[in-house]
Amino acid sequence: MIGRLFKFHGGIKPAAHKDESAKAPIRRAPLPARLIVPLRQSTRATATCIVEIGQTVLKGQCIGEPEGFLGTAVHAPTSGTVVDIAPHTMAHASALQTRCVVIEPDGEERWIEHAPFDYHGASRDESLAWLRACGIVGMGGATFPSHVKLGKGAGIETLILNGGECEPWITCDDRLMRERAADILAGAVILRELIGAREMVVGIEDNKPEAIAAMQDAAAASGHGVRIVPIPSLYPAGGEKQLIRVLTGIEIPYGKLGGDYGVQCFNVGTAHAVYRAIAHGEPLLSRIVTLTGNVEDAGNWEVLIGTPIEELLQLARPKPDTDRSIMGGPMMGFALPRLDVPIVKGSNCIISASPTLFPPPPPEQPCIRCTECAKACPAELQPFELYWFGRSKNFGKAQEYNLFDCIECGCCAYVCPSHIPLVDYFRFSKSEIWARERDKSAADQARERFEFRNFRQEREKAEKAAKLAAKAAETRAKLAEGGEAPAPKTAAEPGEDPKKALIAAALARAQAQKAEVKPQNTDNLSADKLAEIADIEARRLAAAVTAPAADATPGADTPAATVAVDAESRN
Amino acid sequence: MIHSPYVRKQVSVQRTMGLVLLALLPAIALYAWKIGTGILVSLALATLTALAAEALVLALRKRPVGIALGDLSAVVTAWLVALSLPAIAPWWLTVAAVLVAIVAVKHIYGGLGQNPFNPAMVAYCTMIVAFPALMSQWPAAGALDFDTQLGLILGSARELDAITGATALDALRTGLRADGASVQSVLQGPAFGMAGGREWEWVGLGYLAGGALLLATRIITWHMPAAFLGTLVVVSGLFWLIAPGQFASPLFHLASGGTLLAAFFIITDPVSGATTPRGKLVFAAGIALIVWLIRSFGAYPDGIAFAVLLMNMCVPLLDMKTQPRVFGHRNEAGESVRTGERRP
Repeated sequence: MIGRLFKFHGGIKPAAHKDESAKAPIRRAPLPARLIVPLRQSTRATATCIVEIGQTVLKGQCIGEPEGFLGTAVHAPTSGTVVDIAPHTMAHASALQTRCVVIEPDGEERWIEHAPFDYHGASRDESLAWLRACGIVGMGGATFPSHVKLGKGAGIETLILNGGECEPWITCDDRLMRERAADILAGAVILRELIGAREMVVGIEDNKPEAIAAMQDAAAASGHGVRIVPIPSLYPAGGEKQLIRVLTGIEIPYGKLGGDYGVQCFNVGTAHAVYRAIAHGEPLLSRIVTLTGNVEDAGNWEVLIGTPIEELLQLARPKPDTDRSIMGGPMMGFALPRLDVPIVKGSNCIISASPTLFPPPPPEQPCIRCTECAKACPAELQPFELYWFGRSKNFGKAQEYNLFDCIECGCCAYVCPSHIPLVDYFRFSKSEIWARERDKSAADQARERFEFRNFRQEREKAEKAAKLAAKAAETRAKLAEGGEAPAPKTAAEPGEDPKKALIAAALARAQAQKAEVKPQNTDNLSADKLAEIADIEARRLAAAVTAPAADATPGADTPAATVAVDAESRN
Repeated sequence: MIHSPYVRKQVSVQRTMGLVLLALLPAIALYAWKIGTGILVSLALATLTALAAEALVLALRKRPVGIALGDLSAVVTAWLVALSLPAIAPWWLTVAAVLVAIVAVKHIYGGLGQNPFNPAMVAYCTMIVAFPALMSQWPAAGALDFDTQLGLILGSARELDAITGATALDALRTGLRADGASVQSVLQGPAFGMAGGREWEWVGLGYLAGGALLLATRIITWHMPAAFLGTLVVVSGLFWLIAPGQFASPLFHLASGGTLLAAFFIITDPVSGATTPRGKLVFAAGIALIVWLIRSFGAYPDGIAFAVLLMNMCVPLLDMKTQPRVFGHRNEAGESVRTGERRP
C-alpha cells in the first residue's frame, strides 16, 4: 500500500479560514485567577478526588485517582491551593455539570518531583499504567483513554497519526506539527512500540504544507521509517474512519473500531502528550487551543487544563459584535451556552462568532429530493430519506436505512439547497430511539417490580391473617382464664369482642412507650452542628437531582433508577 | 438555538430552478426563431397562470406565499407545460393544463417536493386524452406569422389543415399504418428534415445545449440522460437493423418529438424521479423502453408523458430496492473492506 491513497464518498470543501490563526507561533497563556479542573477527564469515567479544600498542591500532583478500567488520573495543572471541590458546569451543549477541583494558583509553578519513565525497562502493562497515571487521553476531541486504545499489544498492523485537522478555522494541530514535529514523532515511536505495529503513517491534509514539511524533516531526522502522507483537503478527511479509509482503503463499519481491522489511530496531540509523559514524566496538564473567528488577535495558545474560557477568550480580544462562542469547528462544534466553563483535554478551538461571520441560515424550504445530501455524505447514506423518516417519526424505517451510521459531520446540511437542518433531524431521531429503548427497558423493570410487589403483598396478607388468628386465639384463651385485663382497658367489658380487646391492648402499649421516650442526641446540638447537617442534606439532595442528568450515555442505569423512584413514590 | 453546521454553501432552491430556466433559454430562442414566435405567448400565458394558481392555493392552504413564489418552481413547471403543448394551442388549453399541473398534481399532494407524479406530464396526458385533436395540431416550421399564431392562441377560427402540420412522429405513424408505405418513403415528405421533424432538430439541439449546462452545473447527474438516450438508441437500433422498412432509426428517435426535452428536463425532475444512482438508471431506461413501445406500436403520437407517469409509479419500489451500500457495510460479495482507485 506504499504511496497509494484511497477515496471516500462525498465530502465538501468549505472555506478553510486557517490562515487567520495559523501564522502566529504558539503562545503560552498566562495563569488564570482560578483553575476549574474536572474530575471527569476521559469518556465515561470520573476520578476519585484525593485532595481536600485548603490543601496546597504542586504542579503535576495527582488530585484524582483513576477509577475503573476507563478511568485516567487527574492532576493539578499548576501549584496553588485547592479552594473548592464542587459540581461545575462543563463546556457542553447542554451545560452538564461535573465535579471539579478549583485551584487558586500561587503563581510559582512549583513542579512535583517527576522523572522520565524507562518504558524499555518496564513491562507493557507497567507502561500502560504509567500513561493512565499521567492522564493521557485522546486529544482530537473524544478524550478516549489512550491506555485502553493501545489494547492488547497484538494484531495491529498499522499505526496512524491523525494530523488531518479538516474542520475549518482550527489550526492547533497544524501549529503543533510545525513547532514540535520531533516530539510528536518520538511519541509516535513509543505508541508504535506499545501497540506492536509494523508500520506508521501520519496523514496530514495538503492545505498545511508547512506542517507537512516540518514533519517530513523530523521523520527524515528520526530515521524510524515514519511515512508522512499529504492527503487531499476534503472535509471530513480528518475523521478517524475517513482517514483510515484514505490511507489504507479499509472501511470501519459503525460500531467497530480500527483495532478490529488491524489499524489504530491517534491524534498528533496525543502522541505529543505521550512523549512528554514518557520522556519527561510529565502528566497531561495543558493543550494547544486555537482562538479565532471574530477576534483582533487570532492564534494558538498553550492553555492549562481547567482555564476558564471566559478568561482565555480575552487573550484574542473578541470584536464587539461577537454574539456567540463556538467550541470546536463550524461543521461539528456547538455554541457554548455559558462561558464560565473550563478548557478540558479535548477542547481544540474556540471560535468567536458574529452574525456576519456565521449568518443565520435562510428559512427552511421543502425537500425537493435533489440528492445533493446523498452525494455529499461520507457515510454513503441517503440523508433525505432519513429526513423524511425522522419527520414522520418513522424511526424503525430510519434505523433500517442505517441512521446510526451517520457521523453528524454536517456535509448534508452544508450542501442542502432547501436549507434543511438535516443533522438536527438526525440527532432528534437518534435521541428519540434511545429514549424509547430506555423506556422499554425501564418498563420491563417496572413490570417485574410490580409483579414482585403483588406477590409480596399477597404473602404479607397471608402472614398477617395467620398472626391475627393466633393472637385472637391467645387472647380468647386469656379471657377465658378469668378477666385479668390490664388497668387501662377500662372500656373493654370482659367477654366482649376479642378484636376490640386487642386494639385496646395495643393502644395501651403505645402510650406506655411514648412515656418512656428519652431525648435524642440530635435535640440539643450547637448551631454549627445544625448548619453542617443542613449542608449535608442539601448536598445529598443536589446530588440526587443532578445524578440522572449527569450521565447522558445511552443505556446507562440512571433513567431506570429514576423510574424506580417514580414507581416507589406511586406505591 | 441554531446548531452546527454554522456554515452553509451558497445554494438555494431558487438558484436550482433559476438554472433550469436558464438552461431552457437556448431551446426557447431556437423555437421562436425556427418554428414560430407563438411559443413566447404560450410561455407568458403559462407563467402567469402558474404564479396566480400557486399564490391562490398557497393562500388557501395558509402557507407563506412570498417564499414559495420566489423559489421559481412554479415557473419551471409552467415552461415545461408550455413546451410540451403545441405552441398554437388555444389559450384556455394552456391555462387548463397549467392549472392541472399546479393545483391537482402539485398542491393536492402537499406542494413542492411532495408530488409523486411529474406535474407537466400529468397535464400533458390530461389534455391529450381530453382534446386529442387540438393536441396534435402543431405549427409547421416558419409557416405562420405572429398575428396568425396569436389569433390561433386567442381562439379565432381554426383553418388548420393548410397552415398546421402533424409532428414528424405523427406523420411517420400515419404513413406506415394508413398508407402502408416504408419508413424511407415516408421520410421523403415535407414534414421531415435531416434527422427528425424539419427545423425541430434545431430546438432539439437547444435542449441538448441546456442539458450540457445542467450537467456542468451539477443540477442533474449523467445517470438519467445517459440511460434514457442509451436505451432508446439500443432498442430502436436493434429493431431498425432487423427491419429498416418498418422501424425508424435511432437518430430519428433522438431528434423527434420530446426526446431531448425529456432526457434533460422532464425525466430529471428530482421530486417525482428515482433518487439512487442505480434507481436513476433503471428509471430512465424504463421510460425509454416504454417510449419506444408507444411510438412504435401505440395509438398516441408521443409516449413520453405516459412513460414518465408509469415509471413515476415505480419510484418508491426502485428507490427501496436500489439503496446504495453504506460505508463499511458488506457488499453483495460479502466483502466488508473495499478498496478504491488510485488518487494522484
